[in-house]
Amino acid sequence: MKVSRLAEILNAEIINLSEDREIETGYCGDFLSFAMSRLPSNSAWFTVMSNANVAAVAVLTEAAAIVVCENVRPDENLSARCKTEGLNLLIVAYPAYECAVKLSQALKNE
Amino acid sequence: MSEDCIRLEFDVDSENFASAGMASEAVKTKLKQLGINMQDVRRVAIAMYEGEINMVIHAKGGKATVDIFPHRVDMILADKGPGIADIDLAMKEGYSTAPDNIRALGFGAGMGLPNMKKNTDAMKIDSVQGIGTTIYMTVNLH
Repeated sequence: MKVSRLAEILNAEIINLSEDREIETGYCGDFLSFAMSRLPSNSAWFTVMSNANVAAVAVLTEAAAIVVCENVRPDENLSARCKTEGLNLLIVAYPAYECAVKLSQALKNE
Repeated sequence: MSEDCIRLEFDVDSENFASAGMASEAVKTKLKQLGINMQDVRRVAIAMYEGEINMVIHAKGGKATVDIFPHRVDMILADKGPGIADIDLAMKEGYSTAPDNIRALGFGAGMGLPNMKKNTDAMKIDSVQGIGTTIYMTVNLH
């Protein structure tokens, strides 16, 4: 599923969409060391963490998109760094669990 | 240093916490350019990032030296921070001395050193309290 399609499903606000990458799976988590070691590449990463370090972890793990949940506003450094690094960044109202359920359903229906 | 080695050196800056990870990203980019397999690239990136973050959180920055050989990557992370009081304890998953403001950023889960150990083939910590810490890590390339 493309990032743009996930954005539609989740009624997301798109902060940055550099390359409409293919999403293969998802990951939920806020502790960066857990995400760093466990986030599968080509994931949609659902988190409420919103500082610039999220971008570093997303680059290193090759996440397809960062999805900031529960309408948390990403700080300016995160938005700026996503634009510089070509990382896809979305904001959604749903909590991580609901995002994951919706992604899972959509992936199954593909 | 043999001719087959590519050396990358970085000053890890503690002033700008938001830029932490730049050294790891540069190493990752280089390894990908060299056609190293993604599993190995990821192991190096994880170990390097955790080391970089540790230097920013605990030691006000430091120096990172990365030597890329045909069959392995050596990383040396040296800081002049407070040192590690109890290395065995620091290696335990979940043990952390990171302050609350660092935890609020998503760090301080006590996974840094264990992640470094897990993702490397060799790791050695030299630490003297009040002098600093140097961590030597090697990842074998496949």
